[in-house]
Amino acid sequence: MILARKFYSSKMKGLLVLTALFVAVFGKKTFEGDQVLRITAKNEAQIFLLKELSEQEHLGLDFWREPVHESLPVDVYVPFHSLQAVRVFLRYNQIQYNVMIMDVQDLLDDEEREMVKYRTIPRSTDDFVYTAYHDLNSIYSFMDMLVAENSNLVSKIVIGQSYENRPLNVLKFSTGANRPGIWFDTGIHSREWVTQASGIWFAKKIVTDYGRDPVLTDILNNYDIFLEIVTNPDGFAYTHSRDRMWRKTRKPNSGSSCVGVDPNRNWDAGFGGGGSSSNPCTETYRGPSAHSEPEVKAIVDFVKSHGKLKAFVSIHSYSQMLLYPYGYTSTPAKDKAELHELAKKAIASLQSLYNTRYTYGSIITTIYQADGITVDWTYEQGIKYSYTFELRDTGRYGFLLPADQIIPTAEETWLALMAIMEHTKNNPY
Amino acid sequence: MKVFCSLWLLLSLVKLSPAPPASQDPPFACRGAGDPAPPQPETPEDMASSGDLEPTHYPARRAATVALHQLNTRHGSPHRLFALQEVHKASAEDVAAGGRKYSLDFSVTDWASGSAGPALRCSAEVMFPGTERSSPDVQLRCEALQQINSTAQDHAFYQKYIAPESAVSAQHIPDSYGNVSEEMQPFWRLARVAASFIMLRESSENTEFNMAQVASVTQQESSEKQLMLEFVVLLHDLPSQEIVQWKLLASWSPDRGVRVLQTEWQPRCPHDTKPPN
Repeated sequence: MILARKFYSSKMKGLLVLTALFVAVFGKKTFEGDQVLRITAKNEAQIFLLKELSEQEHLGLDFWREPVHESLPVDVYVPFHSLQAVRVFLRYNQIQYNVMIMDVQDLLDDEEREMVKYRTIPRSTDDFVYTAYHDLNSIYSFMDMLVAENSNLVSKIVIGQSYENRPLNVLKFSTGANRPGIWFDTGIHSREWVTQASGIWFAKKIVTDYGRDPVLTDILNNYDIFLEIVTNPDGFAYTHSRDRMWRKTRKPNSGSSCVGVDPNRNWDAGFGGGGSSSNPCTETYRGPSAHSEPEVKAIVDFVKSHGKLKAFVSIHSYSQMLLYPYGYTSTPAKDKAELHELAKKAIASLQSLYNTRYTYGSIITTIYQADGITVDWTYEQGIKYSYTFELRDTGRYGFLLPADQIIPTAEETWLALMAIMEHTKNNPY
Repeated sequence: MKVFCSLWLLLSLVKLSPAPPASQDPPFACRGAGDPAPPQPETPEDMASSGDLEPTHYPARRAATVALHQLNTRHGSPHRLFALQEVHKASAEDVAAGGRKYSLDFSVTDWASGSAGPALRCSAEVMFPGTERSSPDVQLRCEALQQINSTAQDHAFYQKYIAPESAVSAQHIPDSYGNVSEEMQPFWRLARVAASFIMLRESSENTEFNMAQVASVTQQESSEKQLMLEFVVLLHDLPSQEIVQWKLLASWSPDRGVRVLQTEWQPRCPHDTKPPN
C-alpha cells in the first residue's frame, strides 16, 4: 500500500507509473540481469524515500542492508524487471548509488564453474571444462578419455619420459597406415598456460570435426596429426605447485644451484650461439649440449624415426606472432617467400574471427635472435612448413591470460593451423 | 640455504640502489635469474637498422614500448593506462657517441576504457645513448590526450582510499588464472604506471619490458594528501625472457599524478634453487 505523504506524493506517483510501464512477468528461472545496488543516502529525507521504496512489494526488492541512517550504505537486490524503475526513481530523487553486482546470474555461473572445476571429475570429454585452466593430472585424464571415446581415430603414444619421470604423451590422430604427418606441440614453456589449454581444445576439435568438416576430414584422410599437449610436464607441475612463472625444464645443472634448461634453446640448430645463454641461472640457458634435455630428445627421436613429417608447429605465448625460421641466423630461409605468404594467409584467417592482430615474419627479424630453437632444427631436418606461434596477448595479462580467453584464443588459432595444414596437403613434397 | 636467502632478502630491503651492484654476486643459494636483463648481442641486421624500419618488427616495437613507458609515467592514473596499438612508421639513425635515435609514428589505446576507447595518434623520438647504464631519452607528442577523461573515477577512487582507516593489502594481481577483482583493477593500473618509471629507466635497444604481475600491494600511511602505495612487481623482459622483481614506493593523487619515491631490485629466491637434499 502506498502511503501518501504531502511532500512525496508526486514522486511516488511517478514511481507507480514507471513500474506500471516496466513491470513484466518473467518466468523466474534464472537470475539473469538481476543486480545488487549499493545506495548512499545523503539525508533523512532520502532514507525515508528508500523505506517507502522497500514497501513496494510488486518490485520484488530484497534489501540486504535496510535503509536505517544516512551514514550507512543501503544494499538492495533488484530483479531485472524492476531495474529500470528503481534506477529512474533513484535518479529522479538524486539518490546516489553504484552497481555492486552487475549480473547475479554471471556471478552464480562463475561460482558454479569454479565448483564444477574443483569438485567434479569429468566423466567424458563433453563434461570437461574447456574454459578453465587444468593441472597435469586433469589433462592426462582428458587424454585418456579422448582416446577411449574415439579409439578408432585417436591413440596415445608415449615418446619418452621427462627428467622427473613423467610420461611424454603424444596424441596421434590417424585414419590409416603409413601416412605423412603434421605435428603440433603446446606447453614447451610451462608458464605459457594458454597454450596447453588451447592444445586440449584442439584435440577435442579434431575429433568433433572429423567426418563433419570437409577440409579437416580431407586432411586426416591423407595425413596423421600428432599433438603433444604438455611438452614440458615437469615445468608445468612446478607452475602449479611452486612458481607460476617457471619456464624451463626441471633438470638440475651440475656445478650450479640453479635448475632447468630452456627447452627452446636446446636444439641442434645454431646451438650455442648468442641468442641463447651459457648461464644455468638464466631463462634462456641452452643446456650442457644439444638435445641434453629428455623432453627435447624424445621429440628429436620421434621426428627422425617417423621420417615423414611435413609440417611442424610449436606453440608458445605471448606476443601474437606467427614466426618462421630462422632464429639463429639472418640468412633468409630457402623457402622464405612461400613461408611468408602462407603466414600472411594463416594470420588473415585468424584475424577474421575476433579481429585479433598478429605480426608475422622470421624469428630473428620479428621478435629476437634465438639460437638452438625447435623450428630451426625441424626446418633443417627438411620439414618445410615449420612455424612457431606466440598466442595472446601482447602484454596486458601476458602469461596470466584470463581463462575466459582460452576458447577465443584456441578458436582463432585453429583457423591459422587449418590454413597451414590445408596448404601442406595441397603442396605435397 | 633458507637462512642465507632470508638474510639476503633482508639486506636487499635495506639497499636502495636502482640496480644490483655489479661487483657483488648474490650468495650461492640465491644466484638466480635475478640480474636485470642481460643485453642480447646485436645481430648484423640490428647494426644496419638505420633508415626506415619495419614497423611490426622488434627494433621499432622496442623503441615504441619505451615511448609508451614515458607516456604512462606522465599521464597514467588508476583509470588511465596506455598500451601500444600499432606502429605506423619508424626510422632510426646513428647519433653522437654511439647512440641511436628512433623516430616513431604510432597509435595507442587506453586499457582502462576497454575496446570501446579511441585510438590516439602519437609521435616520438627515442634516443638510446651509447653508454651502457644510461636511460633512454624520450620526446613525445600525442593528440587529444585530454579526450580521455578519467577525472571523475580517479577522484572517487582517491576519496575512497585517502580515508585514514584505509589499509589496502593484496597479492598476486592478476592471480595464476588471470583474475583481477573489480576493486583491484585501479591498483593494478597504478602499479603498471609506477612500474613504467622503472621500465623506462632500465630500457635499452636490447630490452622489451612488460609488467607480468603485481606480487603485492600494501597501502602505507598517506603523506601530504598523497596515496602511498608499496608495490612489489614482476617485470618480464621479452628478449631475455627474464622475470625481474622490483619493490617500489609510489605516491599518487589526482593533482600530482604518480611519483616513484624508492625502487629496489630484489633477487628472486628460492624458486630457482635446487630442493634441499
